[in-house]
Amino acid sequence: MTEPKITLAEVEHVARLARLLLSAEEKERMRSQLDAILGYIEKLREVDVEGVEPTTHAVALVNVMREDEVRPSYPAEAMLANAPDPHGDCFRVPKILEE
Amino acid sequence: MDPTRLTIHEALAALRGGTLTASALVEAYLARVAALNDSLGAYLTVVGDAARAQAGLVDERLRRGEPPRLLEGIPLAIKDVLCARGIRTTCGSRILEPFVPPYDATAVARLVGVGAVLLGKTNLDEFAMGSSTENSGFRPTRNPWHLGRVPGGSSGGSAAAVAADLAAGALGTDTGGSVRQPAALCGVVGLRPTYGRVSRYGLVAFASSLDQIGPLAKDVRDAARLLEAIAGHDPMDATSADVPVPDYQGAVDAGVGGLTLGIPDEYFIPGLDREVEAAVRTAIGVLERLGARVRRVSLPHTDYGVAAYYILAPAEASSNLARYDGVKYGLRGAGAKDLVTMTGRSRAEGFGPEVKRRIMLGTYALSAGYYEAYYGRAQRVRTLIRRDFDRAFGEVDVIVSPTAPTPAFRLGEKTGEPLAMYLNDIFTIPAPLAGVPALSVPCGFSTSGLPIALQLTGRPFDEATLFRVAGAYEAEADWRARRPMLEAVP
Amino acid sequence: MSGADFEVVIGLEVHAQLLTRSKMFCGCSTTFGAAPNAQTCPVCQGMPGVLPVINRRAVEFAIRAARALHCRVNSQCRFARKHYFYPDMPKNYQISQYEEPLAEDGWLEVAGDEGLRRVGIQRLHLEEDVGKLVHQGGVFETAPASLVDFNRSGIPLMEIVSRPDLRSPVDAAEYLRVLRAILRYLGVCDGNMEEGSLRCDANISLRPRGASQLGTKVEIKNMNSFRHVRAALEHEVARQARALARGVGVVQETRLWNPDRGETLPMRSKEFAHDYRYFPEPDLPSLRPDPAWVGEIERSLPELPQARRDRFVEQYALSSYDADLLTADRALADYYEDAVRLHSNPKALANWILSELLRELRGDPAAVSASPVRPAHLARLVALVDDGTISGKMAKDVFERMARTGEDPDALVRREGLRQVADEAVLVRLVDEVLAANAVAVADYHKGKKQSLAYLVGQVMKASQGKASPQVVNRLLVERLGPR
Repeated sequence: MTEPKITLAEVEHVARLARLLLSAEEKERMRSQLDAILGYIEKLREVDVEGVEPTTHAVALVNVMREDEVRPSYPAEAMLANAPDPHGDCFRVPKILEE
Repeated sequence: MDPTRLTIHEALAALRGGTLTASALVEAYLARVAALNDSLGAYLTVVGDAARAQAGLVDERLRRGEPPRLLEGIPLAIKDVLCARGIRTTCGSRILEPFVPPYDATAVARLVGVGAVLLGKTNLDEFAMGSSTENSGFRPTRNPWHLGRVPGGSSGGSAAAVAADLAAGALGTDTGGSVRQPAALCGVVGLRPTYGRVSRYGLVAFASSLDQIGPLAKDVRDAARLLEAIAGHDPMDATSADVPVPDYQGAVDAGVGGLTLGIPDEYFIPGLDREVEAAVRTAIGVLERLGARVRRVSLPHTDYGVAAYYILAPAEASSNLARYDGVKYGLRGAGAKDLVTMTGRSRAEGFGPEVKRRIMLGTYALSAGYYEAYYGRAQRVRTLIRRDFDRAFGEVDVIVSPTAPTPAFRLGEKTGEPLAMYLNDIFTIPAPLAGVPALSVPCGFSTSGLPIALQLTGRPFDEATLFRVAGAYEAEADWRARRPMLEAVP
Repeated sequence: MSGADFEVVIGLEVHAQLLTRSKMFCGCSTTFGAAPNAQTCPVCQGMPGVLPVINRRAVEFAIRAARALHCRVNSQCRFARKHYFYPDMPKNYQISQYEEPLAEDGWLEVAGDEGLRRVGIQRLHLEEDVGKLVHQGGVFETAPASLVDFNRSGIPLMEIVSRPDLRSPVDAAEYLRVLRAILRYLGVCDGNMEEGSLRCDANISLRPRGASQLGTKVEIKNMNSFRHVRAALEHEVARQARALARGVGVVQETRLWNPDRGETLPMRSKEFAHDYRYFPEPDLPSLRPDPAWVGEIERSLPELPQARRDRFVEQYALSSYDADLLTADRALADYYEDAVRLHSNPKALANWILSELLRELRGDPAAVSASPVRPAHLARLVALVDDGTISGKMAKDVFERMARTGEDPDALVRREGLRQVADEAVLVRLVDEVLAANAVAVADYHKGKKQSLAYLVGQVMKASQGKASPQVVNRLLVERLGPR
């Protein structure tokens, strides 16, 4: 029996980092599915990556910049049109607790 | 003849010749959509009135004798992961069900700018994550060739729409194969351009270093025309290449003379469906007869592509999807008294299981202590895969392989096991990792009548050569004569 | 540990808003004070499908600052995503820089008790600012809801991290002052701490004197002015010293300075002990600043505060002290030199600026640009005193009027008839009248009482309603009084 690649505690920690509220059942299912996937991904260890640079961008571009010119902003109504709880010209959110 | 059967170039000729009006063309498509969309589920949103109005304007232009633009009057479908101003854009997810963007994706704006008429937004796997469109937050799409089977994914809606003549052409997006694989399973042409060939501005991001927008079309010539319309540098996308757009349509008739095709050892493996292999090898034989040289090549790191992809793509996705939190747009979880609960609830209710799975996988891969082992390593394997292609393209011009390992599978067949679903992408994943273009063109049918396709992979920014090979093959093989039997659909 | 036994170690992390016209990654305007969410677009609101594009001027400003601070501009730098969930973060990640920042390994000089000392600068990088939260009901702790305004989201920020080379709260405040002056001199940031265009967080720890290991560090936030920086750090030094003296360890945490209570309080949130999950920003290609461009920027650096101060001492024969004050802010130094160019009396102009003018400005040199007294006016005023048109005392009155109305001194003098009377014929008559009326003083003068002369001068001044030229009056009196 191989070591589990990911524990339930790790699943809970990752879910918290990702702000995903998972039910107990979802957590367990997630744990076993992620375990299987991570097990498959282990095969990457077979590859000798010594001295190989990581690829951050698929095509090599550098120094892509724009001039410091002001362009018209969008009207506030357009930006607030999709807001679940607009309040005046602002987005309202419920109480920000610190955990 | 039913105008919905026409390819884009045939319809343009008819419009120019005055034997067809844009309004008649759009009505024909809208009627067919009304008749068939309930059973096929290709579209999530149809914008009939707007389409009619657009078509009316086109007819006026043509009546005034104005020169027709590249896609004047052509009705197209847009995958619902691309923003279209004023049109609901859901990304196939409940978390964006109410979202109406105030801006167009550059690719969409370019299509409209050359006269195309938007019919609506097509179904997809949620946030483009999937290979069957079964992960859509709303409903599955069915394969027009067999309603019990998947159309592929994630651009299943767009592929089904083109295959069933519910649009003259469509835009899809490809991150690990999401244009090519559904094109293959639905018997249409699908192209994944070189990374940076088409602007990503307005494409709702899944995996930023892998995503590209690509055309799905009834034939190779149409695909070339659609690419011409959308390709080119965009100052709003810092990763878009400043490379001139060549004459792709001209390439379609240029023939295969002087070209060398490579058959990669690593793609013809046990597990590859026998009928798929047979159809692909036959197609290669046709290309040889037409004048192409054929030889073996090796892409030694092929076997590691899926593993590398399923670290890199979810990692970038977990970052790109962090913004969906119910604060500024989209679904907000009800009844929460504090922000963290609200965010957690919005995301729990709004995201489906596959999206959650990938967010978890991606977050884990980027988290402290795991970054180098997973993300860092996958990035290096990605470099090795790119080098494989660089080396192969020193010996051949185009790499030929199957697009999908099997024809369309049954709805529900692979939804139980995520890993089984991921392995569908084995032939399409390498091209995005390497940043190179790849095209899928129909090359036959299984004995059960399901489409099989050939994948052509080329050098960066050499889509023209792909169109040459595909165009030559298509002209010779002519699979277009065979159509899905949809009139019998209840 | 008692007071002398420990050493204070402070490092400062400063965020400076850059004075670009548009935001870091989109074309929205950066001007202050617009209506909420009126200066936003899909990019700085983090809507689905949007992409960032780097503002070249932000990079230029950061390179300018980097070179002024003697940093090495790296040949390649990259942007990175820094992840955490907060409603003022439109994408729930901030585009910043992590492993490959724009510049590193610089320094600036700070004056301390033992003269000038170098404080190391570890790194300088670019990032985007976040939106603004307003808590309904005003107080964070009890607000049932909060409102978000994204106007500020996306404004370019330059983060400058010092090495832990500062050794006291005074040191730290001085470092901040020097850094702010440099950034203002460069024109890259207006350095307004009260408005938030310059922000400062500190890391502070104590260790036994002579130890090489650093103690447990505490992060201090919410210090909104130089005064607060100094007060907060002084409080924190005392707090940590007490804890260590009692044998209780110092907890590694983030504390907020509470100016009303005069103390630092721990942040309840573990929000900031984050796993930021940094990875290179895939939407932005890397930057490799062209050495020719960097060279051009270096060559166009303005004269910096230190150099300007030294030149003032040389060129205008000012004391170090006066030169320091005049060059503390670029606006004041420019004002001074504009005035001197118009009337060459550097000493007098320095005095006027450092006393009368600064008083008008309530001690804030940066406010000089808004003063109604323009350099040309001040220069004229001094010129009028120097050529005897008005007396020094009269000039002070004229200055006050200039400060109120912004009028030029010539017009004021003419209108109010303030010209000094130097006409000897007129003055002789006044002098004789005063001498006649003050026999006792005259007698005292001849007895040797020096004050009598001053008294007599005063009487003449009074008789002339202050308009007599004191120098001429003085001379005439002495003449008329004759030898003692």
